[in-house]
Amino acid sequence: MATVEIDRLVKRYGQTTVVHGIDLSIQDGEFVVLVGPSGCGKSTTLRMIAGLEEISGGEIRIDGRVVNDLQPRDRNIAMVFQNYAIYPHMSVADNIAFGLYRSKLSKSEKRQRVEQAAETLGLSQLLDRRPSALSGGQRQRVAIGRAMVRDPAAFLFDEPLSNLDAQLRTQMRIEIKRLHHRLGTTSVFVTHDQVEAMTMADRIVVMRDGRILQVGTPLELYENPVDIFTARFIGSPTMNLLPASLKNGGADLTLGGSVQVPPAAATSADILVGARPQDLVPSSPGVPGLTVSGTVAVVETLGSETLVHIESAGQTIIGSAPGRQIPQIGEHLTLHAPAERLYYFDKATEKALAAR
Amino acid sequence: MKAAASSQGLAMPHIRPGRILAWTLLFIGGVVMVTPLLFMLSTSLKDASQVYDLRVIPEAPTLDNYIEILGDGRFTRWLINSTIVAVIVTLSNVFFDSLVGYTLAKFRFRGRYVVFIAILSTLMIPTEMLVLPWYLMASQFGWLDSYWGIMFPGMMTAFGTFLMKQFFEGVPDDFLEAARIDGLNEFTIWWKIAMPLVTPALSALAIFTFLGNWTAFFWPLIVTTSAELYTLPVGLSSFAVEQSIQWEKIMTGASIATLPTLIIFLFLQRYIVRGVMLAGLKG
Ligand SMILES: Nc1ncnc2c1ncn2[C@@H]1O[C@H](COP(=O)(O)OP(=O)(O)OP(=O)(O)O)[C@@H](O)[C@H]1O
Ligand SMILES: [Mg+2]
Repeated sequence: MATVEIDRLVKRYGQTTVVHGIDLSIQDGEFVVLVGPSGCGKSTTLRMIAGLEEISGGEIRIDGRVVNDLQPRDRNIAMVFQNYAIYPHMSVADNIAFGLYRSKLSKSEKRQRVEQAAETLGLSQLLDRRPSALSGGQRQRVAIGRAMVRDPAAFLFDEPLSNLDAQLRTQMRIEIKRLHHRLGTTSVFVTHDQVEAMTMADRIVVMRDGRILQVGTPLELYENPVDIFTARFIGSPTMNLLPASLKNGGADLTLGGSVQVPPAAATSADILVGARPQDLVPSSPGVPGLTVSGTVAVVETLGSETLVHIESAGQTIIGSAPGRQIPQIGEHLTLHAPAERLYYFDKATEKALAAR
Repeated sequence: MKAAASSQGLAMPHIRPGRILAWTLLFIGGVVMVTPLLFMLSTSLKDASQVYDLRVIPEAPTLDNYIEILGDGRFTRWLINSTIVAVIVTLSNVFFDSLVGYTLAKFRFRGRYVVFIAILSTLMIPTEMLVLPWYLMASQFGWLDSYWGIMFPGMMTAFGTFLMKQFFEGVPDDFLEAARIDGLNEFTIWWKIAMPLVTPALSALAIFTFLGNWTAFFWPLIVTTSAELYTLPVGLSSFAVEQSIQWEKIMTGASIATLPTLIIFLFLQRYIVRGVMLAGLKG
């Protein structure tokens, strides 16, 4: 267990810079998730922590020790890869034992550790099998087992679940979370799936184009996105953004109607008003807030709730209705979100206006 | 195509004209290939007086030639020589070709491309042109008429290096990186992780190298002068020039020499076919 500190970390490939001096401080035992769109530098950052990629600038410290020039094997970290990277020519037991390759434990102690890890991961029955005779989920468990036996300072995960089907992914998500709870090992987890990020992270780090946009707990990011990118990235379905222009204290929506804007947010002429689909529900506009109406175009019945896509002045807006209240397609529908659930962004800078 | 095949199928189920043609061609090819072998075997079972009697089944088959040849110390010496040369050269190729191939495939370093092109370009120089420099080199270093003299040109091959490089490129980096994190050094990563992942290529390389060296004639003939250092093909050809040509002895020796090749083919057929397909070779 250890802290991981990243200081002005830079990665350049020749002329192109792919990580632009990021700072991040990860506490002992914390589960941090790096999210962001493809190519934003998540893997590169993780691989620099692991020592698989040279650092072009800045500093990485693991447990207070600068590791910039240390070989991966001297950093005492363990990594789980997207493609599992378990060796096809070795049995499950040998694969897990590989995590102890450099350990000075006796043979029987090693065996005991392997069996313990296998037990934890439900692999006890499979120790003699070859990886080719395992399912995807089992293979990923073997990879986690290999990382576990060593008792490393930190676990690094690079999209470990993206090769699994949806159901298995949910299951493994929970298992990894449970494992983290038990072992308490500092973990850095890379994904581009916001649901994984939300459900697993103690803190989420949102990255874009080699920079960190925002760091915070899942709820902080959900409630207080610093800009449009994070706002749209966190939460599903994506937040609705409606263009509006400020006029004497209120904002006139381009698609008709107006909303009250808090004075702190009234600093720019052209703004975007954000409303999450979960907050935009069919109800009468008794309280102040955002009211939009339009024709129902698509209805997604999820059981627990119903997502309603309405068309209004050429823009599609997603709202939600209770599970048993299913609007008809073509029906005229009015959706309402209370003022305290709205978000405001500067249209030009895309930054959030006023913390909520 | 499909319709034609199914209307034919009414009269002769499952047999298409294309098939018949293919089988005929294969059969002719087979006969052409096997006939010399049959003659070799049959001649080896005849005594000297019967050699020019061209019947395939010998009138009075005899194993005398085999007894004589195997009892002849020179022949066993050549057999041993060929085995030593082929085995050492094969091991050397498996080791060095894959070491260099791996380095070229998996490490980025300055001049990597130049090295690769240099290695590849040697493939374009025919062996006949290399024999003279080899000979001069061997003579200056005092390697003539020695095992090392026979073996040194083949200890590593450009083709083997190229083959192995292509294969190592197919090994995902994740495997190597996982091993790096687990604490293996670079040599052990190659030996314990990368090598087992390319065993099909390794066995193809080993088989081709072994067969190539087992049957090698030209260079061993040039570089050796003393009969104790002859390889089997060279030694057998020397039978031809003693007193009178003893065809039955030559054929007996050749039959024995073919045996390892035959055994390798029978047991490793699967790998050879795969190896040929992998290497994109013909025949
Ligand atoms: N060897 C390299 N040479 C040049 N550019 C590279 C190299 N490796 C990665 N990059 C670039 O660095 C950027 C970040 O890549 P990285 O793999 O970290 O993205 P990522 O966030 O992990 O994306 P994904 O979600 O697709 O895995 C990308 O734009 C990529 O093209
Ligand atoms: Mg990645």
